[in-house]
Parts: sequence; structure tokens; C-alpha cells
Amino acid sequence: MTVAPPASYRRAAVPEAAIQLKRVAAGYDGTLAIDAVDLEVRSGEMVALVGANGSGKSTLLKTIVGLLRPRHGEVRVLGGEPQAARPRMSYLPQQEHVRWDFPLTVESVVLMGRIGRLGLGRPPRPADRRDAAAALARVDAEYLRRRPVTDLSGGERQRVLLARALFADPEILLLDEPATGVDPTTEEQLMAVLEEETARGRTVLVATHDLASVMAHFARVVCMNRGIVAQGDVSILRDDAVLRATYGGHRVEPNLMADEHHA
Amino acid sequence: MPELLEPLAYGFVQRALVAAVLVCIVCACVGVFVVLRGLAFLGDAVAHIAFPGVVVAQLAKADLVIGGSIAAVAGALAIGLAGRRSSLREDTLIGVVFSGMFALGVVLFSSIRSYTGDLLGVLLGDVLGVSSEQLWLGAGTVALVVGVLFLVWKEIVFVSFDPTGAAAAGLPVARYDALLLVLIGLSIAISIQIVGVILVVALLVTPAATARLLARKIRHMLYLAVALAVACSVAGIFLSYWLNTASGGTIVLVATAMFMLVWAVRALARE
Repeated sequence: MTVAPPASYRRAAVPEAAIQLKRVAAGYDGTLAIDAVDLEVRSGEMVALVGANGSGKSTLLKTIVGLLRPRHGEVRVLGGEPQAARPRMSYLPQQEHVRWDFPLTVESVVLMGRIGRLGLGRPPRPADRRDAAAALARVDAEYLRRRPVTDLSGGERQRVLLARALFADPEILLLDEPATGVDPTTEEQLMAVLEEETARGRTVLVATHDLASVMAHFARVVCMNRGIVAQGDVSILRDDAVLRATYGGHRVEPNLMADEHHA
Repeated sequence: MPELLEPLAYGFVQRALVAAVLVCIVCACVGVFVVLRGLAFLGDAVAHIAFPGVVVAQLAKADLVIGGSIAAVAGALAIGLAGRRSSLREDTLIGVVFSGMFALGVVLFSSIRSYTGDLLGVLLGDVLGVSSEQLWLGAGTVALVVGVLFLVWKEIVFVSFDPTGAAAAGLPVARYDALLLVLIGLSIAISIQIVGVILVVALLVTPAATARLLARKIRHMLYLAVALAVACSVAGIFLSYWLNTASGGTIVLVATAMFMLVWAVRALARE
């Protein structure tokens, strides 16, 4: 089922789109996870992707970052192919793809954020280490700098990966469920950092299940169910038809009120 | 010369020591990634895949190490490629290829009517039979593997720790994985002379696994693995001389004893 968003929710195409998808279909092993996706995200926007598990949020992010090639349609990032834009993007994957049992320090993980700029055989420079410490400080995790990643909690891991993404100083931040497994305080800190990045003109796209957080922190939301079922101002999340289309007919009763979220 | 150092008076012992130290260094370096990425079964498989290469080299009267190297590298790459493209689990594919290729080696081996002493050395190791030419070939391979690993160290650490994040950062993950497989294949091929096909995985895994128990940083793990591997190889060669036992097996037993000791001490310390 596809619900066309009300006219007031639609945004007119603007020339300065940081991310542009036209009729994109993508998936794995012969199965399409998303189909007919039209999406435009302008520079400096902070946009949430919401939907049930398997709705295509992660597939959409991977297509934008160039990890998946679309079967159909066109993806443009910062005016070019996704692969060409990779040095200007940071992607925070879901934690389960990361081998947290490696004997690495937090600092060495953050330093991976600029690996493309260092070149083969070259160790990080003192300036890189200073910037890595600054990135950790932004997510309130500077005290973790010398700690092994094996000792981190779920929330600390997420902050470290966000610090790595920030350390790369990207124009576009793509985050796949950054609040999974983190406590409410840490989630608020992560959202505050993302709002700061947006204020600096960075484009932020976040896949999330937390509708209350979307209402509290985002201006725009994209609702997905193997494609985009609705997009626009976050107030569309109050629309029963949109929620039913997004979550496949299951009744969703999220705490949608921003005031209640902060209570 | 003190009695303890008496074995060093013999040229073949000197060559054996240098060869064992060289291959233990390279196996420890590559073994860090074998242990951290859980590739021990792949390492064992590649060693067995090298066997038919060695037998073919014997039949063709070519250098056995070169024959083994070609088979080991090709086998490692084939498993890596098949693992990416098949719906079967990688360990299942490894099991099929590993046993099939080793069986091919056994069949070829059984067809050789002439003297097969060299081939038995390939199965069980013959470090005391290392020639000067083999030593130079081994040294060149070690320099190549260690040099390449030094150049791409941080890239291979990244693709091993977070392959999705590394790909998103623009690193060609599949190519780095293939490069690591080539390095594993080469390390195994030159180690076969020391401990043989059957025990070669021990050189890859045991020193690095012992180092993993002790180190909290990956570089410390690397240095410790190399130090432990060198110590085990030297101790193993001397012990085998004094006890008149097989050198390859003795080296592996010393490494295993060291692992058990560290494991036990850590377990006691925790309690």
C-alpha cells in the first residue's frame, strides 16, 4: 500500500540537493528491498528515515553511500556518483557488523575516519591525533581515548563510531540506527551533536525506530515500507494512515509528543 | 663452544634455526589476522591445498616450495571468491575444497613410483633438510610478506575490524581481503618445509593466540606474537636436537605448551 503524502508535506525540488534519488530500486540476491524511491535531501537538512525492520532503511543508506548499486534509477550525491562522493561522506553502520573483540584502542578506531587521506604506510600525524581527541570530546567520550574497545558499553561504542564519523569532517552524515542499545541520556547527546552538525551546514540522514526522538529533533521525516510511503514535516507521524502504511497495518502508538519525550 | 650451543657447530642446524625463525616471524605477523578474524580453519585448509601443488611439482621435477606456493595462494583466493559468491557458508565450502584437494594430492602421491622422501618431508616437515637455496627463497618471501603487511597494515586492520565502515570510507575491501589471503597462502607455503602440511596451521595460530591472551593493543599483539614465535622456534630446534625428535613437531609442542601455560596463568589470575 502506498499513501501519497498530503500536498502540504511535499517539498519542491531545489537545485542544491545534497542527495538525490530518482526511481531507485535496490536489494540483495534477486530480491528488491526498496523500489521506486524518489528522494531529495538538501544541504544542511536533518532527515529521519523511519519504518519497521526490513522496510528498506539500511538498504537506502547503503545505496546512497555506494555500498549497493541500484538495480534501477539514479543516485546522485553532492552532484556526482556516490563512489566519487565517499571522501565527503561518513557512514555509521549498525554495530553488529563491527568486530568489537579486536584489541584496538578507542583512539585508533577514531583515527580510521581519515584513512583515505593518509596514504599507504603512513601513520597518523600529531594533528590527526589532536582532531581525534576533539571529535571524542564532542560526543563526551574523550576519557575513553586510550581504552580498549573490548571494554566499551553499547552506548560508548555508539559514541566512538559517531566520533569516527565526525573526525572525517564530512559534508554528509549517514547514520544507521545510532540510538540502538544506548540509554536516553546518550541518545540525547547524540542528537544534540547531530543538530550542531546540521547548524554547521552538514546534511544528516538518520535511520531510526524512535519516533519520539524524531518528533523532538528532526524537521523532516521519510516513512518507509520497501519504498517511501510518505515524507515531509514530522507532523505526518500523527497521521494514522501514514503510520499504518509505514508499519504494515500494525497499530503504532509511539510517544509522539516532543514535550513528553523530554519529560 | 659451551655444550649447550654445540648444535650450532653444524651447518644444517644453523640453516634450520634461521629458516625456523624466518617462517615463525612471517606466520606470527599474518597469524594476528588469522586469529582475530577466525580464519584458522581456512589456514588449515590452505596448507592441505598446498599438498597437491607440491606433488605436482615433484612430478614435474620443479621446486616443491614454488609448487606449494602456487597451489596455496590459488586455493586461498578461490575459497575467498567462492565464499563471497555462494549461498553456502564459507566453512562448508572450505570443508569441501580442503578435503577434495588433499585427496587429489594423495592420489597423485600414490601414483609416484620413485623415492618419495621429499614428499614425506612435506607432510611432516623437515627443517633440518633446508638447503641454502630454500633459505634464500624463504627469506625473500618473508621480506615480501612483512613489507606488504607493513604498507597496508592500517587498511587491513580497518577492513578486518569494520568491513562495512571501511567500504563506506572508500577502501576496496574485497581487494584487501584477497591480499590478506595471498599473504596467508605464501606464509603457509614457506612454512610447510619447517613443520609440514599437517602442523603448519599451528605456526599461524598458536603464537598469535598466545599473544592475544596477553595484549590489549593490536601492535603489542603483533610484537608479542613475533617474540613468542621466535622463542618457540629456537627452543624447538634445540630441544629436538637434544631429544632426537622431529623438529617441526617439537616446535609446535613448545608453542602449544607456551599457550597452555599463559592460558592457565591467566585463569588462575582471574580467580
